[in-house]
Amino acid sequence: MFLDLGVFCKNTLDGEAVDHCFSALFGLAQNSDPSYLDWLMKAWGWTLAVAGLGLIIALFLGVVMGTLRTLPITTSLNRWLIRISTTWVELFRNIPILVQVFLWYHVIPSFVLPLKSLPSYWLVSIALGFFTSARIAEQVRAGIQALPSGQTAAATALGLTTAQSYRYVILPMALRIVIPPLTSESMNLIKNSSVAFAVSVPELTLFAMQAQEETSKGVEIYLAVTFLYALSAFAVNRVMTLIEKRSRIPGFIVSNDASLAH
Amino acid sequence: MSTNCLIAATFLLGAVNAHAASQTMDKIKSTGTVTMGVRESSIPMSYTTGDSRFDGYHVEVCRMILADVKDKLGLSTLRINYQPVTSQNRVPLVQNGTVDIECGTTTNNTARAKDVGFANTLYVEEVRIAVKANSGITSIAQLAGKKVATTTGTTSVQLLRKHEKANGVNFDEVFGKDHADSFLLLESGRADAFVMDGSILAGNIANSKNPKDYKIVGEVLATEPIAIMVPKNDPEFKAAVNAAIAKIVTNGNMPKLWNKWFLGPIPPKNIVVGLELSPATKNAWANLNDKPAEDYNKK
Repeated sequence: MFLDLGVFCKNTLDGEAVDHCFSALFGLAQNSDPSYLDWLMKAWGWTLAVAGLGLIIALFLGVVMGTLRTLPITTSLNRWLIRISTTWVELFRNIPILVQVFLWYHVIPSFVLPLKSLPSYWLVSIALGFFTSARIAEQVRAGIQALPSGQTAAATALGLTTAQSYRYVILPMALRIVIPPLTSESMNLIKNSSVAFAVSVPELTLFAMQAQEETSKGVEIYLAVTFLYALSAFAVNRVMTLIEKRSRIPGFIVSNDASLAH
Repeated sequence: MSTNCLIAATFLLGAVNAHAASQTMDKIKSTGTVTMGVRESSIPMSYTTGDSRFDGYHVEVCRMILADVKDKLGLSTLRINYQPVTSQNRVPLVQNGTVDIECGTTTNNTARAKDVGFANTLYVEEVRIAVKANSGITSIAQLAGKKVATTTGTTSVQLLRKHEKANGVNFDEVFGKDHADSFLLLESGRADAFVMDGSILAGNIANSKNPKDYKIVGEVLATEPIAIMVPKNDPEFKAAVNAAIAKIVTNGNMPKLWNKWFLGPIPPKNIVVGLELSPATKNAWANLNDKPAEDYNKK
């Protein structure tokens, strides 16, 4: 089995070879037609954009919802916040991601008209972000509940309000504990972004399906796409490991070698 | 010495080839069965009518062809196994002999002709534009700046790209995951037009809630011969298939088949596809040939 990697240096209009593989992207050849490599890079960019936007939404909402779920039941406001965050988690983690993407793209905009003018990549990012936020919320909750109860007691003894004890004592500790599962979720989000092709975002999966039909070089195309997905997810893994190492408090979390933790 | 070896090898290869020439016919004769590749949802060319039964324009033609093959081999009965195939596996399945004759919606092109053989074309597909009936759009030029839907993994995507480049008309392309999704984009107003094979457009419109709300308009964007696929390097089987096709055409059965599958109500839901016979298909019947798509688009 020979791999014909020359397919990436072919023109996407008529399948002829181009002079510079990166012709259109880097402007090496003025006005020349894009090659499959140009298209692949563009598709990779869309994958990273959708996943990146989704990750920002997921981390923010996940931390907020996970924290709300652990609030002490002392006031009726807290009781409502717990109910809302529990509903959030159960709603978004129990519906398959592809179904959620379709709901955001086809169903919800027909009730909430302003969403119709939102580009499809935003809708996918929202869907991915909400889905992942529900999973992150549970990890954050687990992290908070894993803390010894003495921490909260000490914060209260110091005269801190509930908000202050979360801000200065509980969250800084809990978030450090949950970095390893957060890493997995962030990597999953990159891979889950492949559902974006279903609603017309021109990302890697759409590129793979289209380009392999046009060139009949399915093996080469899918290998390249697989490599880029793996590379993107691994890059996230490295960044998260770095954050984990940098934010570690010596002596608090017993860890022999963080890089083996994943 | 080496020359002798070469000659001997050539003779040997020749002998193998000569034997391979009738491989499919031999297999059909010895087993009394034949495997027909079919599609599950390519209405009305080849689709399932439920309970693992298959029907359609190409499937009926293939049954006629196989009846002729049965007579030719002197068999009293010939059992037909239906093997559903997809766009991804149809060529490999014919290549490795799992499927003896593929009766779906396969475009005859030079790339595929390297791996498989094609019978004479009986259906020429035309890529067209479907729009909402009240949109006022009648040609592709009016689609400038509009949203045009098409399905991921089809030749129509590349076709639109080429058209954009050649005519300087810019569309906003939206891609459906499959034909049903692309049609939903048109239905829900996320796209102003759906560009795809005419039979697929007609089939989706016929299946929609209000078929009258849509129409197929404008010029033919491309033509592609859709042909029955047979194993490569089996000239005897291909000749038998083509002889059967010629017989169906000379008997005057083709217009009847067209009326049955494209203009009349078809099972299981009695929908009407409503696609008129095109001059290109009529021409293919009048001048039977197995030319690839590349020859059609030269002009």
